[in-house]
Amino acid sequence: MQSFNLTYKPFGSKAILIEWPAIINEEILKDIVSYKQHIQKYFSNTELIVAYHTLTVIFTNSVNYREIEENLRDIYKLNIERQVFEVSLWKLPVLYGDRLGLDMQQYASDKNLSEQDVVSLHTRPLYTVYAIGFLPGFLYLGGLDKKLHQPRRSEPRLKIPEGSVGIGGRQTGIYPQASPGGWNIIGNSPVRLFDVNNPQRCPVNVGDKVQFYAVNRYEYELIAIQVQTGVYQFEKQVHYD
Amino acid sequence: MIKVVKTGFYTTIQDTGRYGYRHKGIPVSGVMDAYSANLANALLGNDKNAAVLEMTMLGPTLLFMTETEIAITGACMSAALNNESIINNKKYLVKSGDILAFKAVTKGFRSYLAVKDGIQTPGVLGSRSMYIPITNRSQIENNTIIPVDTRIGHTIGYAHIKRDWSWFTDPVLDVYKGPEYDLFPEIGKSLEKNYTVSNVNNRMAYQVEEAFLVHRHSILTSATLPGTVQLTPSGKLIILMKDAQTTGGYPRILQLSDMAMAKLAQKRMGDVISFQLL
Repeated sequence: MQSFNLTYKPFGSKAILIEWPAIINEEILKDIVSYKQHIQKYFSNTELIVAYHTLTVIFTNSVNYREIEENLRDIYKLNIERQVFEVSLWKLPVLYGDRLGLDMQQYASDKNLSEQDVVSLHTRPLYTVYAIGFLPGFLYLGGLDKKLHQPRRSEPRLKIPEGSVGIGGRQTGIYPQASPGGWNIIGNSPVRLFDVNNPQRCPVNVGDKVQFYAVNRYEYELIAIQVQTGVYQFEKQVHYD
Repeated sequence: MIKVVKTGFYTTIQDTGRYGYRHKGIPVSGVMDAYSANLANALLGNDKNAAVLEMTMLGPTLLFMTETEIAITGACMSAALNNESIINNKKYLVKSGDILAFKAVTKGFRSYLAVKDGIQTPGVLGSRSMYIPITNRSQIENNTIIPVDTRIGHTIGYAHIKRDWSWFTDPVLDVYKGPEYDLFPEIGKSLEKNYTVSNVNNRMAYQVEEAFLVHRHSILTSATLPGTVQLTPSGKLIILMKDAQTTGGYPRILQLSDMAMAKLAQKRMGDVISFQLL
């Protein structure tokens, strides 16, 4: 397994930030997730936040930074024995365009694409979850097709509905809650990526894959009812990389 | 039970926060001025994590439907129990039918009300701290019923401490260097200046009026913590507080100490702050 040159930095008195080279890269993400799993075995009382090229280790109380850095470096050496990486592939339904795809028409015409082109380009990739943050259950997805890149709207909306699927710059994603936002909204997903009443809350993990698929209005309503009544099952496959 | 007769400006239920869910994007939340809130619980012999009312700027009017003990700490909001003034940092016995009323702050910004054994709203993901969408509401509303332990036969012992008001007036905030501190060789001069708290100040973040340092650095989204100071390209400081998002894309130039965060929580628009490197 490839081993990277890592930088360790104190982050306040209780946290340590570990940095990989500052690029968006799957090998780096896998190394981080694997390292994170090793750290969890040795330090049970920590919170670990993965995002793109960093791993933040947060302790409950103040720590002796030098000592912890040394321990962490030793743990990284174990990371060379990384196993085959197994992640989940989540298939998420989207109703493209229609009433809830607020910007679909404008967006497609700005991009010189038909709405159908947008749908097929958006549903093709297996997106990688590089981070979760911004809102509970908001997934930072990598892998958007270049043809779909589009700057944020010049006037952000004060409220974007829950489930909105949008494109902002080189990113795409789902708003797990209603929120202000400037992304171009091309559709809506009826599934709930964050539900405090569901024991899993947010079933997706950093490192997982996401693929969107198009549903029609009727299928959308049906899934929405399943979600409402708590019987919806996520479509999930084991994915080996 | 306590019935909320009038909510005040912004009143929430908070404990020490929600830990263990940040990897799913769930903020820590919890009391903003942890030092004052701890004191309120300590005065009643409560657990450190007991939930309290956090009252901002203008306090509520509350009708007690249960006998209990209370203590008020933090900002001074001229509390009155059945129209008689009571002081902060002291334990009181309240009876069923008593009315506790607060006014606007005279010193500080956030006041804490602890009750014996803490507020008993259901915990969600290990905390009673209010935060949408984890809890159904983000603040208490008129006619909200706040559950507290029902007991009879309290005896009031002497519990009173003196507090130094400099907690509310001292502008100096202790900070550590943040992860991107070294990106800014010219940062020293900016750190020596005083800054004025802007009208953008809430449980998510505080901002200041003056520009700190204009720059063109950007970073890949990475973790942020309560107390992280972000620097936007236009030179604005964003000082993240307890309800802040768990990740961000602006350089993290400083990190407030826990004490500094508690101190900042007592500042409001127009107050002056300054930073001191630890």
